[in-house]
Amino acid sequence: MKKSLYELLIENALFLTALLSCFIILIISAFIFIEGLPAIQEYGFFKFLLGNLWSPNDGEFGVFSMIAGSLYVTFLALLISTPLSVLCATFMAEVAGEKVRNILKPIIQTLSGIPSVVYGFFGLVVLVPFIMSHFGGSGFSVITAALILSVMILPTIISVSYDSLRAVPGEYREASLGLGATGWQTIRRVVIPSALPGIITAIILGMGRAVGETLAVIMVVGNVSKIPYSIFEPARTLTSNIALEMSYATGIHYHALFTTAVILFILIMLLLVVVKCIQRRFSLDISGGSL
Amino acid sequence: MKSFLSPGTSHKIMNSVLIFSGVLTISVLVIILAFILIEGLPAIDLEFIFGGVKDQGRSGGIFPVIVSSLYVTLISVLIAAPLGVGAAIYVVEYAENRKLVNIIRFGAETLASIPSIVFGLFGFAFFVMFLKMGWSVFSAGLVLAIMAIPTIFQVVEVSLRSVPSTYKEGSYGLGATKWQTICNVILPAAIPGIVTGIILAMTRAISEAAAVMYTVGSSVSMPISMFDPGRPLPLHLYILATEGISLQNAFATAAVLVIIVMVITFLTNYFTQRYQNKMMGNL
Amino acid sequence: MYRITAEHLNTYFGDAHILKDISLKVAENTVMALIGPSGCGKSTFLRSINRMNDLIASFKLEGTLLLDGNDIYSKNMDVVDLRRRVGMVFQKPNPFPKSIFENVAYGLRIHGNDDEDYIAQRVEESLKSAAIWDEVKDKLDQSALGLSGGQQQRLCIARTIANNPEVILMDEPCSALDPISTLKIEDLIHELKKDYTIVIVTHNMQQASRVSDFTSFFLNGELIESEKTEKLFVSPKEKKTEEYITGRFG
Repeated sequence: MKKSLYELLIENALFLTALLSCFIILIISAFIFIEGLPAIQEYGFFKFLLGNLWSPNDGEFGVFSMIAGSLYVTFLALLISTPLSVLCATFMAEVAGEKVRNILKPIIQTLSGIPSVVYGFFGLVVLVPFIMSHFGGSGFSVITAALILSVMILPTIISVSYDSLRAVPGEYREASLGLGATGWQTIRRVVIPSALPGIITAIILGMGRAVGETLAVIMVVGNVSKIPYSIFEPARTLTSNIALEMSYATGIHYHALFTTAVILFILIMLLLVVVKCIQRRFSLDISGGSL
Repeated sequence: MKSFLSPGTSHKIMNSVLIFSGVLTISVLVIILAFILIEGLPAIDLEFIFGGVKDQGRSGGIFPVIVSSLYVTLISVLIAAPLGVGAAIYVVEYAENRKLVNIIRFGAETLASIPSIVFGLFGFAFFVMFLKMGWSVFSAGLVLAIMAIPTIFQVVEVSLRSVPSTYKEGSYGLGATKWQTICNVILPAAIPGIVTGIILAMTRAISEAAAVMYTVGSSVSMPISMFDPGRPLPLHLYILATEGISLQNAFATAAVLVIIVMVITFLTNYFTQRYQNKMMGNL
Repeated sequence: MYRITAEHLNTYFGDAHILKDISLKVAENTVMALIGPSGCGKSTFLRSINRMNDLIASFKLEGTLLLDGNDIYSKNMDVVDLRRRVGMVFQKPNPFPKSIFENVAYGLRIHGNDDEDYIAQRVEESLKSAAIWDEVKDKLDQSALGLSGGQQQRLCIARTIANNPEVILMDEPCSALDPISTLKIEDLIHELKKDYTIVIVTHNMQQASRVSDFTSFFLNGELIESEKTEKLFVSPKEKKTEEYITGRFG
C-alpha cells in the first residue's frame, strides 16, 4: 500500500515511543546491575545471597534474612488475602444483585487507589498497639506487616478477579443452570474454572505489590535484620533495607544496596516465572489443550 | 464431587459463605478508610490546606506539600501519557512484527513489576547524582513517569484492542488512511479506556512515596521551579508518622490524600460513563 | 461499458488457493449478485475489488482486476482513492460510535472537505438517497448506535453514498436484518442502480433473483456460471448451478 510521507512520519514517531519503553528497562537494569557489581566483586555473590549477617559498619552484607523476611511477609499476606478476595469477587460477580454491584464496584476501585502509606499508617497507629497488647512483643512483626499488606492488596485482587469473572460468557451459566445445576455448582464447576487465568493474574498482581511494597512495611515490620522464626517476631524485607539505609550509605555499603535491588529483581522474576508456568497449565486446561 | 451434602444444601451454605466474605472484606476496608477520615477530618480546615508547614509539620498546614504532590504528578503524566499511548497505538495498529510486539510487551510487564523503591534507587543514582539534577520535583516527576508508562501502555493497549474491527473496516472502506482511521474512529472509541489508564497512572503517582523519597528530597518549602526540591503528601505522611512528629497532622494528611484519590476516581468514573453513554446512544 | 473486469484472477491466503482463475465482467449501472455456498470465495472476490483483503498480511493476488480499465492492483493505484470510488457495505451494520450526522460526514471530512454547508447538504442528500432521512432528520446529533439494525444498515449505505462512489459493494447486507428491513434495503438497491454499479454477495437466492440483473455462481473458488439473473435461475447451463439453486447442496 502506498503511504504518504505524513503517514510514514507518524508511524515512525509512534515506533520510537514504543522502543523507548524497552530502552528504559534496559537502562534501569543496566544501571542497577553496574552499580551493584562492586559489592558482589568485593564480598562475593553467594556470601551476599546466603550470608545471614547484615552489618555495614563491620563490612558484613548478607541479605539472606531479608530474602526470608520478604518471602515470609509476602506469602503470609497472600495466604490471608487470596481466599478472602476471590470469595469477595465471586460474591460481587455472581451473587450480588445489579444494585449492590454498582455500589461496590466504585468502592473497590477507590480502595485500590488508596496510597499504601495510608495503610501503613493505619497499621502503625492501630494494628501495632493491638498486636502488642494481645500477643506480646513490640507489636512490630511479620504478622502485622502481612495483615497490612493483605488489606492493601485486597482491592487489587478483588477488582481484577471480578473483571475476569464478569467476562465469563452468560451462555456458560445458562447452559449449566439449564442442566439443573445449582448456582454454587455453576460457579464452582463452570464460572471459576473459566475465569481462573484472570484470577491467577490478579493474584500475581497482588503478589507483586506485596513483595515490592516498601514504606508501609517499614512502618510495621520492625526492620530487624534477622530471620524471623515466628510470625510475632520482627523482620526486615529487601525493599525496606534499601529505603532505610540509602540516605547514609557510602562506598561498598552504597553498592550493597544496589545489589539488594538486584536480588529483589531476581526474586521477582523467579516468582513471575513460577506463576506464569502455573497459569499456562491452567489456561491450557480450560482451552482443551493436552496436559 | 463426593459430598455428604446435597447440591441444594451446599448451594445454600456456599451462598452464605460468599455473602459473608464479601461483606466482611468490604467492611474491613471501609472501616479503615472511615477511621482515617474520622480521625483526620476534624484537623482539616482552610488554614491546614493553605498554610505553610511549620516546625517540621508539628503545626501549620500542608500547602507546599499539596503543591509538591500536584507538581510531580503533573510532570509524570505529561511525560508518560504521550509515550504510553503512542507505544500502545504502535503495538496495536502498526506493528507487524510479532517478535517486536512481544519484546515491547515484555518490557512493559517487567517495568510494571519492578518495586517502586528500585525506581527510587535508580532515580537517585541516575537523575539526582549521575545527571546532577539534584533533589527536585523534576527528578521525581521523571521517575514517576517511568513507573507510569507501563500502566498507561497496558490499559490503553487493552482498550484499543477492544475497539470492534468493524469500525476499522468501515473507515478503511470509505477510503480513510490509517492515521485518519486511528484519529477519527479508533481513538474516540477508546477514549474511556485511555482516560482510565492515564488516571490510574495518576493516582499511583500521587500515592507514591518510596520512589520519590530519594529523588525529591524532603524540603517543606514551596517548590516554584521544576528544579526545586519538595515533599509530596505520602512522603510527608510517612515522615510525620515514623518520626513521631504529629499524629494529628499525620491523620489529617492521610485524610487529604484519601479524599484526593476518592475525588479523582469519582470524577473519572462519572465522565467516562457519561461519554460512553453518549457514544452508545443511551442518552 | 464495463465497470469491473476480472481476468484470470487467482488469490491466496498464505498457501490456501482461494479464487481460481476467475474471469468476470460487471456492466455499468447494473446489479451483479454473487451466490454460492459458504467459503466459495464470493466474499474474497468482493473484497478484492476495493483491496480490503490488503488488511490481511498473507493475502496474494495474481491476474488482472480492472476498475474502468485501470488496474486496481497496480503500483500507481491510490488505495485511499480506490476505496472512495468503490464503497462497501458490510455484513453487519457497522456505524461508528458517533452521531448520525458525523457518520455520514465522516467520508467527506477524511477526504478534506471542511465546508460545513456543503457537508450538511451532502449528508441530507445521502440520507435521502438511502431512504432513511425521514426517520432520522430530527435526531441527527444522536449516536448512530441507538438506531435499529435495519436503520443502521441504511445509514451505512448513506455513509457510502456520501463519498460519491462509482461502485457499491455489499457483503451480505441483509443477513443480520429482519424481513421488513431486508425489504427496505432491497427496494433501495433498485433505486441506487440508477446511479451506481452494485455488486452484492448474498446467501439468499430469492434475494439474488429479486435485486440483481446478473448473477454469478461461485463454488470452491471457481466461477461456475455467470448469466442474466432470470436466465440463470430459470435455465442454468451448468449442472452444478442447477443443483445449487434447486437446493441439492449448499
